[in-house]
Parts: sequence; structure tokens; C-alpha cells
Amino acid sequence: MPYSRHQGLVTFAFLAPAIILLVAVLIWPVLDLVGRSFQDPGGPFVLYARLLEVPIYLRVLARTLLFSVATSLVCLVLGYPVAYALARARPLARAIILVCILLPFWTNLLVRTYGWILILNPQGIVNTVLLQLGIISAPLDIVYNFLGALIGMSQIMLPYLILPVYSVMVKLDPQLANAARTLGAGPVRTFVSIYFPLTLPGVMAGLLLVFTISLGFFVIPAILGGSGGLLLAQLIEFNVNTSLNWGMASALSTTLLAATLLLYMIGDRWLNLGAIWGLRR
Amino acid sequence: MMHSGLAGRLFGAVVVAICAYLILPTLVVVPVSFTETSFIVFPPKGFSLRWYAEFLSDPAWRNATLTSILVATVSAICATSVGTLAAFGLNRLSGVLARAAIWLLLLPMLVPSIILAVGFYGVLARFGIVGTKFGLIVTHTVLAIPFVVITVSATIQKLDWRIVDAARSLGAGPVTAFWKITVPAILPGILAGATFAFLTSFDEIVVAFFVSGVNSVTLPVQMWNGIRFEISPAVAAASSILLALSLVVVFFVSVMRRREETNARRPAEIGHL
Repeated sequence: MPYSRHQGLVTFAFLAPAIILLVAVLIWPVLDLVGRSFQDPGGPFVLYARLLEVPIYLRVLARTLLFSVATSLVCLVLGYPVAYALARARPLARAIILVCILLPFWTNLLVRTYGWILILNPQGIVNTVLLQLGIISAPLDIVYNFLGALIGMSQIMLPYLILPVYSVMVKLDPQLANAARTLGAGPVRTFVSIYFPLTLPGVMAGLLLVFTISLGFFVIPAILGGSGGLLLAQLIEFNVNTSLNWGMASALSTTLLAATLLLYMIGDRWLNLGAIWGLRR
Repeated sequence: MMHSGLAGRLFGAVVVAICAYLILPTLVVVPVSFTETSFIVFPPKGFSLRWYAEFLSDPAWRNATLTSILVATVSAICATSVGTLAAFGLNRLSGVLARAAIWLLLLPMLVPSIILAVGFYGVLARFGIVGTKFGLIVTHTVLAIPFVVITVSATIQKLDWRIVDAARSLGAGPVTAFWKITVPAILPGILAGATFAFLTSFDEIVVAFFVSGVNSVTLPVQMWNGIRFEISPAVAAASSILLALSLVVVFFVSVMRRREETNARRPAEIGHL
């Protein structure tokens, strides 16, 4: 039908500028990078074989997984109560909690990173206060290491857990918990067997987001993590800027890209991430 | 569930502590920025504006700020135009095509920025154009597209298409109806999207870290250098200014949201615009 073909052309015309830009600036360069990882003179999979053989690469991958799992768990433990409070709070408290979540979220990442250095460094707020109170006798080692990166990263990632969990919690009928209580369940039992399972879709979506974003995060581990424990994104940067090993950088990037896209596909298929981003009708 | 007495109070205290954890690293830069000392001490000593003066007079900070404003403005304009059109296109699709388009348009948000940065850096290096503002502008435009598409799509879905149909049946052509009716009706969404796009570029560090070279250092890259190589209170002054900016932005966006809700509730009035 000519009419619907015309409609299709109009739709395509609306989308064309975005598609052209995305292909030129994102898809082509990334595919180029992926292609490079299979172009080693020794054979297409030489770089990946090296990735599995050389201990340093495996150590970095393992450390990155550990870091992402730890960040996700800290975010769950800290984020779940905040989401609950947000879902139940009166308007004023709700507004205050929202500011605490959204203001950092929209503040420059480096401002927050710098704020963490001010708080955690050996002459920082935490150590000054604890030393003056006599709780510790020497400054605590809480920045420029794994712990410092974890503290900073969890704070940056918390909104990604709180918001999906909150969006599930507000839709729950508050009478459900009351019903369980009336039927004789104690508060712990009500939470474990009624409330928490009902919020599980939000929890899974939040955990998946936090885990996936943490896998490839560069800035926080690079600044707060110190020089000892490289993570995956830093190893890619090191290969590009310092050891000029584009082959290895591209193999590591391809691995990270595959893991990230796979996780998002899982999220899209089972957890309805699209709805969380507000794009699914 | 947890509202009774002691347990409720304990829960409240825990939530307050977590909220402090969330917001304190952002606020702590403000008192530090007013310190008189040239190193960082806690609590800050005295009160002075010398670090703000340093921020405004040091050419490195000034040039970085100007570069960031220029790059963010141009990429916000580009991303808003391209993203708004794409949101209209997306709204006309359904089924598999819609899913594919959503994936494509969200890709800049999903792909880790280190991969985008390294890939794009590789292409630029091949053509020998690393260190230009052009490279920053096109990457930042692409990075901002998802935020514009999400924000504008949400507004389009709430749009009462009957007002557009009314304009068409009263004789307006499709282009006239688009500019005179549709665009004004979704303008709050477009402005909110433009704000997010500006902020995406203004805050972006990973791509800028690779692509900016020595000639087009942006504010985040300058802050990165300030944090890595000397922890001067000038960074705190810069941070406080950026914090003020995000306060303005959060306020502006919430005003836009409110106006958008008003528009959705009273579609009839928009016809008069």
C-alpha cells in the first residue's frame, strides 16, 4: 500500500539522523575495536588464549568480579531500607530522601570522588574525628585501596538499586503485610516470606544494573582504588595509554562488552529493564 | 511492619545514616572551598575566597570551563534535535522494530564508556584528529541521545493526540501542526531532555580523558588532573560551583516536570499557544 509505505518513510526520516550518528560514532568504532581483537598475526584467538593463560589478566578479571559483587551486595543492604522508607514516608520526609538520592546523582562524578578523598584520606574527616575521640591511635587505611573504591562505588551506585526497588514497593498493597500479621505471622516471618519475595523483581533489576555498571566502571576505582589493585577498565586504559598494546586492549574490551550486553539482555528478557527506563508501553 | 516504638526509631536512624552516606560526599566540598590554607585540613581554617579567585584567574581552569561550556552547549543542541526526532520516530513503531530501535537508541547508555572511549579514540587516532573539540562534541552528542529519547518519549506518550488531530481537521498541514501544536505541547519534556544532555556532556570524563588531548581539556579532565596530581583546594572551589550548577538543574527539571503534568491535565489550553 503506498500510504503505509509513505508512513514508513516518515518514521525512518525521524529516526535517520540518530541512526547515522550512532553508527558512525558508536557502532563502527566499537565493531572496529572488536575486529582488532581477532586480528593478531598468530591467529584469531591468540589474544583470548593469552587472556586465559597469563595470571595477571585472570587476577584482574577475578578482582573485577569480586568488586562488582561486593558493590552490589553493599548497595542491596544499604539501598533496600532507603527504598522502603521512601515508599512509606510522608511528603516532607519523602522529599528529603529524594534530594539525598537525586542531588548526588546529578552532581559531577569527580565532585563526589573528590568529596570521598576529603572524607577518607589519612588527614580526612573520618580519621580526624576518630583520632580526636581517641577511638583509634593511627589513621585508618580507608582510601587508595579496594575498601576505598568499594565505599565510593557503592555510594555512586546506590540510586540504581533504590529506584527500581522503590518502583516495585510503591505498587504493593500495604494491606498484604497487615493480613499476614493478622494471620499470626511475626514481623520477621512477614518480611521473609511475604514482603521480600514480592519486591524481588525490583531487587533483581537493581542488582543487575549495579553489577553490570560496576564491571566496566573506570573513574572511581582509578582514583579511590590506588595503584595496587587494577580493575578491568583500568587494565584496558593501561594497555591503550601506557603499554600501547591495542590488541590486548581490544580483547579485554570485547570481553567486557560481551558480558555487559549479555547481562542487559537477561535484564531485558526477564526483569523488564525497559519499563524501569520508562520506554516500554 | 516496622512502625512500632523502638524498632521504628532504630529503622529511622539507619535510614538517616544511609542518607548521610549518600549526600555528605557531595556537600563536604563546600566548607573546604572556603579554607584559608593552601592545603586541606579538617576542620577548614578561617574563611576566604582565595580558591574561587584562583579558579577564576588561573588560565588552565578558565579555559577548561569555557571548553566544557562550549562542548556541552553544542552537543546538547545536537542531541536534543536528533533525540527528539528519534523519539517521534520511536513512537510510530511497534513490535520487533520498536524493540530494535529502543536497543539501538539506548546503546550509548549501555555500552561501558571505557569501550566507547577506546573505540572512538582508535578511529580518531587513525585520522590524526585527537585533541579537537569536534571529537568531543560528536561523542558527547551520542552519549546524550538516550537521555533525550527517554525524557521526550515519556512526554510524547502522555500527549493528547486529539489536539493535533483537531489542528489538522481545522486545516493545518502536518508541518504546521507539528511546529504550532505538538512541539509546544511537549516543550517541557524537550527542555528537560536538553538539560540532561547538557549535564551529560558537562560531566563526562572517560571519553574526554582519551580524546581531549592537550588542546581541549574539559573541566572534568582538569579536575581529574587536580585530584590525581595535587589535592589543591582549588578543586573544592570548582566542585562547589559544579554543585551549585546541579542544584539549579535539579530545580529546573522539577519545575519542568510540574509544568508537564499541568499540560497533560489541561490539553485544551495548549491549542491557544
